[in-house]
Amino acid sequence: MSEMPNLRGQEQHGFKAWWKSGDPWIWITGGGVAISVLLVAGLLLLIAARGLAHFWPAPIVGASYQAPGSSPMPVLAALRSEETVSRARLESAGLPVRGDQQLYDRLLLKVGNRDLYGSDFRYVISDWLTQRSYPEDATVFERLEWGNLIGYLVAVKQQGNVVADGPQAWEVFQERQERANQLRDDIEHLEKVEIGRINYGLEQQRLKQRRLELENALTAERQAEIDARIAELNADYRVLEDELVALYGEINRDSVVVEVVTGEQINVPLAKVVRGYRPNAMGLFGKLRFYGAKVWEFVSEEPREANTEGGIFPAIFGTVMMVLLMSVFVTPFGVVAALYLREYAKQGFVTRTIRVAVNNLAGVPSIVYGVFGLGFFVYFLGGSIDALFYPEALPSPTFGTGGLLWASLTLAILTLPVVIVATEEGLARIPRSIREASLALGATRAETLWRVVLPMSSPAMMTGLILAVARAAGEVAPLMLVGVVKLAPSLPLDGNFPYLHLDRKFMHLGFHIYDVGFQSPNVEAARPLVYATALLLVLVIITLNLFAVRVRNRLREKYRALEH
Amino acid sequence: MNDSATPSPSVDLSHLRSGSDAAQSMAEEDIALQVKALNLYYGDKRALQDVQMDIASKRVTAFIGPSGCGKSTLLRCFNRMNDLVDGVTIQGKLELHGKNIYDKDVDVATLRRRVGMVFQKPNPFPKSIYENVAYGLRLGGVNKKRVLDETVEWALKGAALWEEVKDRLHENALGLSGGQQQRLVIARAIAVKPEVLLLDEPASALDPISTLKIEELINDLKRDYTIVIVTHNMQQAARVSDYTAFMYLGELIEFGRTDTLFTNPEKKQTEDYITGRYG
Repeated sequence: MSEMPNLRGQEQHGFKAWWKSGDPWIWITGGGVAISVLLVAGLLLLIAARGLAHFWPAPIVGASYQAPGSSPMPVLAALRSEETVSRARLESAGLPVRGDQQLYDRLLLKVGNRDLYGSDFRYVISDWLTQRSYPEDATVFERLEWGNLIGYLVAVKQQGNVVADGPQAWEVFQERQERANQLRDDIEHLEKVEIGRINYGLEQQRLKQRRLELENALTAERQAEIDARIAELNADYRVLEDELVALYGEINRDSVVVEVVTGEQINVPLAKVVRGYRPNAMGLFGKLRFYGAKVWEFVSEEPREANTEGGIFPAIFGTVMMVLLMSVFVTPFGVVAALYLREYAKQGFVTRTIRVAVNNLAGVPSIVYGVFGLGFFVYFLGGSIDALFYPEALPSPTFGTGGLLWASLTLAILTLPVVIVATEEGLARIPRSIREASLALGATRAETLWRVVLPMSSPAMMTGLILAVARAAGEVAPLMLVGVVKLAPSLPLDGNFPYLHLDRKFMHLGFHIYDVGFQSPNVEAARPLVYATALLLVLVIITLNLFAVRVRNRLREKYRALEH
Repeated sequence: MNDSATPSPSVDLSHLRSGSDAAQSMAEEDIALQVKALNLYYGDKRALQDVQMDIASKRVTAFIGPSGCGKSTLLRCFNRMNDLVDGVTIQGKLELHGKNIYDKDVDVATLRRRVGMVFQKPNPFPKSIYENVAYGLRLGGVNKKRVLDETVEWALKGAALWEEVKDRLHENALGLSGGQQQRLVIARAIAVKPEVLLLDEPASALDPISTLKIEELINDLKRDYTIVIVTHNMQQAARVSDYTAFMYLGELIEFGRTDTLFTNPEKKQTEDYITGRYG
């Protein structure tokens, strides 16, 4: 027979053929990926846009605002945002909207001067804001208290006497402002570092005395020793105090007179002013410089005014610190547990049950770990440690309250399953032939483990750690129970022995978002900060992860799996 | 390999008569290893049945036989690699210079340093060439750089690899070719100066040129080591070995001088196998 075989298959057309070709699957799966990518990119873009725009200097508008039926009112305020609202909403807000206009443009103005007007922000209807101008000499003064002051600089005073007014006042103000900032830094250093050290020393002496009392070992000699040390510290303190008084005298020397839009003149000491700027007079370059300075302040300074101003450095520091400590705790524990399960334990029912249990631990809600941490770490372990080692400080707790150590340990337990599972998978992937090679050369099992198996499974351990970091860095709920606070008086790392203070409470970016977003007295001021902080949290997590990924890739390259 | 149905073996045995040191029978040899009534069970299944044989010192002994005949299992008894397999029980004795290696007082790690092993697939560690060869030495507590350097060079020369790798000793061993990797693994095994070298199908994963190099190497190594080699390839057994054992279904069917076994087998099964009638 010479019949040619037909290789063209059955002829099919239409939907069925299209379905059979597999094209729909490619479209569906590709579409899924595209949607996910869009969502993630959109999320990041939204956070970045909302957060980063906050630091850009907004123009100051001077105008007259007149709602129908009331008298005109002068306004000088920073223009923050614009939106369109319906007539009904304005009516229900009690605004005298008349006529048949259905949609109104509404502006959000940052009027500042909270000490004068009672609130920082004000909504106005765009149409009622007339005679708008953008005066170049309108100045924003960022103050340490009461938020921004917006007005015109009238004069600069020294000891109550005018030293500059009129057009020269601005330059003199800038010079003196710089001096005041320098002085403020000096004062802060003196108070926080120098005097902080003395206070820490005094507290240590008090605790020492108390401890000796409790042990009935407080002899006259020792008392004298302690007294001498206290006297020494007090003498040091008096020197610093004099310095401090002198600095305060210096910083309180200058003040400025500012005329606000209502015509009032206000005297503001430069000691209370962080910076002054004239956004309307700034060129693009000036704005960029201002923007950079603001962003830098945000990441490097401590928060002010109930976390609505200033920076979030302590929160960044606390987050990174906690994640690092957690990694230090979780890695050895997880690796050791995985080693036992995979290398030593007899693979039977019990081991299988344990493995299932460990896997399921990863699914326990994080708040449950928080409750466990509070009950076990804080109250039980911390309470015991206090009773045993820090009885002199009682009733005020040392470790018997939430703190960095307990938070890190709680998160370590939370992320332990991830590390165990990843490490076990890594161990299982090491070829039997490699283990046999080591054993055949006269290595014991332990030697094989240390010299070959552990190094080769290190990339898998890093994978576990990466997942653990990703989970731990974003966790907030359990932290609220075991040591996070909205404002920590001092960082957990400082110059006083023993430098790392594991018992201290700390700030955390995740909790900071919650606090600023939901607990803030100044909602409008806080909202952009929520976005900015969220962006920073994402950046911190990405940075930590990228670092871990880099380490893992280097390890992978080093212990490249056998190609057969 | 040998697909021809001719009754006479098609392998070249001329080299076997060339060596003046070649003893004519087992009685004249130094005996390195003695297997005495060895039985091995995987669970209930008997994988080795009453194996009885002597392995001559500084000779090459080849195990041949069809897949699953127990030749690798027997080989792995010599350095107790079967200890690692769950459910294995061993009866009988296996003596290394008169000492039963299955005695309770035998330290397995020490035994394995005296009885080295090379596996079917090259299995270098994902470390540098140098560190691969130095691995066994470091385990033995050798840490002096001079001693390590000398021994690594000696072992690599012994495995005929030195010339090819001397300029890249600190590069990853996984960058070597398959044949180079297998010679590296042999260098690693001889670096600890064992008495016996077990080779479990050392050339089965290699190309013909690499195979040739390994076979030449085996010929060189037998001056200093007792070599036991498992192979599927009968020409290879004939080329490299002084003694050959034919195993079938866990039993040692025939054992004798390679030239005798290949030219004049006593058992029908052996003849069938070497002439390619089955297996």
